[in-house]
Amino acid sequence: MPPEHILSASALTRDDIEEVLSAAEAIAAAPAAHQDRLAHRLLGLLFFEPSTRTRMSFAAAMQRLGGGVIDMGSVDTSSVQKGESLADTVRVIEGYADAIVLRHPSEGAAQVASEFVDIPVINAGDGAGQHPTQTLLDLYTIEEAVGLEDIAVGIVGDLKYGRTVHSLAAALSRFDVDQHLIAPPSLQLPDHVRYDLDSAGVQVHEHTDIEACLEELDVLYMTRIQRERFPDEAEYRAVAGAYRVSAADLTGAREHLAVLHPLPRVDEIAADVDATPHAWYFRQSANGIAVRMALLEQVLGGSR
Amino acid sequence: MSDRQLRVSKIRDGTVIDHLPAGTALSVLAILGIDGSNGEGVSVGMNVRSGRIATKDIVKVEGRELSQEEVDVIAIIAPVATINIIRGYEVAEKTRVETPTAVEGVLRCPNPNCITNQDEPVTTRFRVLDGHLRCRYCRGLIADAAVPDLLAVGF
Repeated sequence: MPPEHILSASALTRDDIEEVLSAAEAIAAAPAAHQDRLAHRLLGLLFFEPSTRTRMSFAAAMQRLGGGVIDMGSVDTSSVQKGESLADTVRVIEGYADAIVLRHPSEGAAQVASEFVDIPVINAGDGAGQHPTQTLLDLYTIEEAVGLEDIAVGIVGDLKYGRTVHSLAAALSRFDVDQHLIAPPSLQLPDHVRYDLDSAGVQVHEHTDIEACLEELDVLYMTRIQRERFPDEAEYRAVAGAYRVSAADLTGAREHLAVLHPLPRVDEIAADVDATPHAWYFRQSANGIAVRMALLEQVLGGSR
Repeated sequence: MSDRQLRVSKIRDGTVIDHLPAGTALSVLAILGIDGSNGEGVSVGMNVRSGRIATKDIVKVEGRELSQEEVDVIAIIAPVATINIIRGYEVAEKTRVETPTAVEGVLRCPNPNCITNQDEPVTTRFRVLDGHLRCRYCRGLIADAAVPDLLAVGF
């Protein structure tokens, strides 16, 4: 049987998503029952871009399942510096590990990796492409906060380069969700993400200000404008700091509004929001453990 | 002898690519990697009057039969083209191009940040959608009209 990869949120059906969310819920309810599920299995972490939470979250999830982790370390100290191709790197790691978690600066990197190995590949972010595991923990948090049916979600910030946004918009199209996209004109969704939403029959509402739709929202998904994705510094400066939300800004919002953020935040969410009931972002981050445990069990659960 | 024959003479062995939309002949030559430097005999007719389509382009290439990958890309920019294989001055085979469901190789992805542009040992693959191609790797969309600009390096 071919290995089960997790490459893109666009490839996930509603059933796929719901299966992961229920598995994660079961794990969160009784984590001890899962502590040996992946004993003696090894997860290879290949992060070609800096990462704190995603890397640590995968390591924590694997270890909480009784498995081990091997980490390529930073690109500066690996053979990538010597010019090794990704295709070669993953084939080498295939000899060491039972599954690969890959973060890479180029779009499509996880797809390429999956074509060269016979072990599962999990995309932990490919350039401005996709970040499906982040999306699953986002959906888990939305389900927990307000449910996933008949809701309005506002996605704010870098819709053009933000891979968490591309994955989230695709996955939300599987549910009865009104999507409000809030971005400056230069950071709107790329054509291909819009094409998928159109093909799925999703009508999106576009705004340049959060205020235009805030009162209608059940979820406000903030994102960082990512300096590292901009081809030119002037373009970045023109939009940096475009969206900031403080506790005062949220006074007109629905009482149950959940504010999410894939983190790290810079200044998109003021610290005074942390103490309000709207702050779900740290909970969201913590939910990454149960969701990634569920995903790892799913792809590594069978015997090798 | 008709005006058309004067401009585009018969070939002995090779391929005639006919019923190309007017203005696409040079793109077809680019798809075939023909720039005249390899010595092939090539005849090109542009804006030739035609019964089937008002005006058309036509390309005749001596001593060359096309690969399926080449025909697939031609089909994207010239969906009603016909390919005539000529052997001994006679039409040995005549086929209409068919729009493929996918195109492999031949084209490069225009997204500089796509993994296919990073020296990895992978062949580009595009799914053919209505009016667009879609990169299998970065999922980016390319309008059919942009196809001639995306011929892979070395082709």
